[in-house]
Amino acid sequence: MSNTIVKQPEPLIFELSRSGRAATAQYPPAATAEIPAQFRRRSRPALPEVSELQAVRHYTRLSQMNFSIDTQFYPLGSCTMKYNPKACNSLAMLPEFLGRHPLSPASTGQGFMACMFELQEMLKAVTGMAGVSLTPMAGAQGEFTGVAMIRAYHRARGDLARNEIIVPDAAHGTNPATATMCGMKIREIATLPDGDVDLAALDAVLSSATAGIMLTNPCTLGVFERRIVEVERRVHAAGGLLYYDGANLNAILGKVLPGVMGFDVIHMNLHKTFSTPHGGGGPGSGAVGVGKRLLPYLPVPIVGRDGERYRWLDERDLPESIGRLSGFMGNAGVLLRAYVYMRILGADGMERVAEFSTLNANYLMTRLREAGFDAAYPGRRASHEFIITLRRQAHELGVNTMDFAKRLLDYGYHAPTTYFPLLVPECLLIEPTETETREELDGFVDAMTAIRHEAETDAAMVKSAPHTLPVRRLDDVRAAKQLDVAWKPAGA
Amino acid sequence: MPYIPHTSEDVRAMLDRIGVKAIDDLFDEIPKALRVDSLPGVPAALSEMEVARLVAMRAATDGRPLNFIGAGAYEHHIPAPVWALTTRGEIYSAYTPYQAEASQGTLQIMYEFQSMIAGLTAMDVSNASLYDGASALAEACLMAVRAHRRSKSARILVPTTVNPTWRRVASVITEGQGLVLEELPYSTDQGTTIPQALARYDGQDITALVIQQPNFFGQLEDVDALSRWARANGTLIIAVVNPVSLALLAPPGEWGDAGADIACGEAQPLGVPLSSGGPYVGFMTTRTEHVRQMPGRIAGRTVDLDGKPGFTLTLQAREQHIRRGKATSNICTNQGLLMTAATIHLALLGPVGLERVASACVARTRELVSALCGIPGVRAAFAGPRFHEAVLLLDRPAAPLLESLAAEGIIGGYDLSRNFPELGPALLICATETRTTEDIATYARALDRLLGRAVAA
Repeated sequence: MSNTIVKQPEPLIFELSRSGRAATAQYPPAATAEIPAQFRRRSRPALPEVSELQAVRHYTRLSQMNFSIDTQFYPLGSCTMKYNPKACNSLAMLPEFLGRHPLSPASTGQGFMACMFELQEMLKAVTGMAGVSLTPMAGAQGEFTGVAMIRAYHRARGDLARNEIIVPDAAHGTNPATATMCGMKIREIATLPDGDVDLAALDAVLSSATAGIMLTNPCTLGVFERRIVEVERRVHAAGGLLYYDGANLNAILGKVLPGVMGFDVIHMNLHKTFSTPHGGGGPGSGAVGVGKRLLPYLPVPIVGRDGERYRWLDERDLPESIGRLSGFMGNAGVLLRAYVYMRILGADGMERVAEFSTLNANYLMTRLREAGFDAAYPGRRASHEFIITLRRQAHELGVNTMDFAKRLLDYGYHAPTTYFPLLVPECLLIEPTETETREELDGFVDAMTAIRHEAETDAAMVKSAPHTLPVRRLDDVRAAKQLDVAWKPAGA
Repeated sequence: MPYIPHTSEDVRAMLDRIGVKAIDDLFDEIPKALRVDSLPGVPAALSEMEVARLVAMRAATDGRPLNFIGAGAYEHHIPAPVWALTTRGEIYSAYTPYQAEASQGTLQIMYEFQSMIAGLTAMDVSNASLYDGASALAEACLMAVRAHRRSKSARILVPTTVNPTWRRVASVITEGQGLVLEELPYSTDQGTTIPQALARYDGQDITALVIQQPNFFGQLEDVDALSRWARANGTLIIAVVNPVSLALLAPPGEWGDAGADIACGEAQPLGVPLSSGGPYVGFMTTRTEHVRQMPGRIAGRTVDLDGKPGFTLTLQAREQHIRRGKATSNICTNQGLLMTAATIHLALLGPVGLERVASACVARTRELVSALCGIPGVRAAFAGPRFHEAVLLLDRPAAPLLESLAAEGIIGGYDLSRNFPELGPALLICATETRTTEDIATYARALDRLLGRAVAA
């Protein structure tokens, strides 16, 4: 078994602090007499006072309490936890890129802007869309952008009654949350037992109030929506637009273009498909692509090209743009990483992403089924991910999905996504990604099999897992009830 | 095959196990008519070495000019350990800490970040970061509407001295929920909001007042007077602050008589490089009574089965993955990596180090203003106290000057003419601790020469 290196709790950085201690990089004092007393802070903030070595050791030790892609198999479904190539990071961190102020004149940013322009073009090509804006800072913001553009489109046509967004019940929680943020009403539709959208349910909700539908394809059930063409015809016939949630773009990269499927707008999670880091929960990057109808509404800024020169397109160039979503141009450093990734993979590499992630998922699903686990959609091909339901094990052994997930941590595997999507009971959503070896997948099957055996012989041990990590299961109820979310100095 | 480990033997064995002949068979559920065979718009692969050469050449094209712009993104020295630690794979390549037991590192860093930001702003609680300062302001406006249950208007007063891009972003993000952002005028002599301008709103249902300190011009607002008006009018206070300035300036928790209700801003100045505008890291703090209305991830300290202390994501019932359409926001992630950098940066600076950086910013900017205002045709727009930015009025349009300066490797400031035409030709300049006396002299010499030459011509 392998897992984290550091097992003992690490004190808070504040608990290491001693008054008068300081790290190395300190600036000499300067006078600030021109700031009158009324504007001044009266007491120093409670920040830690530690040496540089103390800080380095503290944060190194904390890092060693984490599971990560660099240290563990991390088959978190719908999150595409593939290897984040080191070249992407080191090239995005060239000092010229790091030092460039976002408001510097375009004349001093032609190198950076060339990368961004080419990234826009490549993203257009892999999605089959007519235009791309890189500014949304995360998938959820990309979703917001997409729905805001759909709203702007209907408004510009005077079609003001369209205020409903259709969302399948298998959708990621951000879909309905986004629709609400945009002032839309949500119409949820059911999914059929085979994992496809229920067309009758779709027909029942389509109306002159339909603004659009948000679809993930392949969906979060790990299967490709086979009736996408029928869905597209119906929604467009009703006057609605189609939104493609790019959470699972990895599965079809270079195989099917969302634009060809008839989608009007798409967001891409560059931190999934194009392998930029997840960073412990961000930064993401949710670039959007649009078909011709939505081109005028793209958020700004966008990199344009006049002859050999690149320039920023802003509100003057796109007067109908929905506007700005970030202080500058979005997560530029993340975009550079995605750019490097796409150049190293090239066109053929894009297709291999879909091929090998799908191969790994289908192989892992096959092997788990052979080992006696139940696939939620056994009659279907896996996309780049699939669902195992542990309903039978929970019923027979009293050991549920959460217990399996926690015990997997003891085996040195990050748990797959648990209890999502909500419509499959006791589910594990498993996404191995294309960068894992067959041996790693086999090891995961062995661990699942071993855990089931443990559940049969010592259920209590499995139910109280993990046993080998810095902490055991945490009291979430206490965390919410006796809220402790900030350290305060004694006496404060 | 870059990053794909499969040998041809692996592929054969895996396909056999699955029971198909070729990888392409795995895509047989996709209607044939939708399939594409190639991606003509994507160039062929390059080796890592070739890409490295191409990208390094592009970076070299841009060079490393001497920067005097702030305007929402600030150049500071970042101690060497910050990014050496932040890019450790265990931090860089982890995801949101859903499995708390396997993510104690990330969770404890979140808790330390929350503690530091709460302390800096003198507020009770903090979230574990938002996308950036602009979107944090938008989220703060939405939160104020939720938190202020007695207010029905969803009207929010936003001074013109608040970062103009942030105002626009806030309006784009909040518009769908019916918020009305109303602009408050400023004094073109002082460069600060006119507290008397609030009198016309006396007694009206105003949900919140936004106050940016220092404001977009770098000038210090009379935050106490503005806060007292808001409190007396039953209006919530949203503070927008630069965390570096808080080492010197009164924190939002102490504004007026009772402090602000929500504080937010951009934590980029804490260890995050300029990097063409992102990724940055927004922050938000509030009073305990409003914590359930706050968007974004929050880490909490609790105990495990053995009573040992540990950390977990808490108050998740606010979030989209639980509440779906009824969540406080659609936000799914925080800016974990940048939050980590900011936490380590603050740990390395400490209270004294941060105060010295802030003081140096004030001193360098004073020196810069004084050097540039010695040039004929340049004068300071506003006299009052400022932090590390200042507005210069010029005797001719700024844009051509800035282009000429850029050609000499000097990024001379931010042209205000588009967002603040009432000022006439005006430049927003900034000097942090990173600008030396020699840097300032270089800029002054170049500007002097350009202005003189232009006059002669």
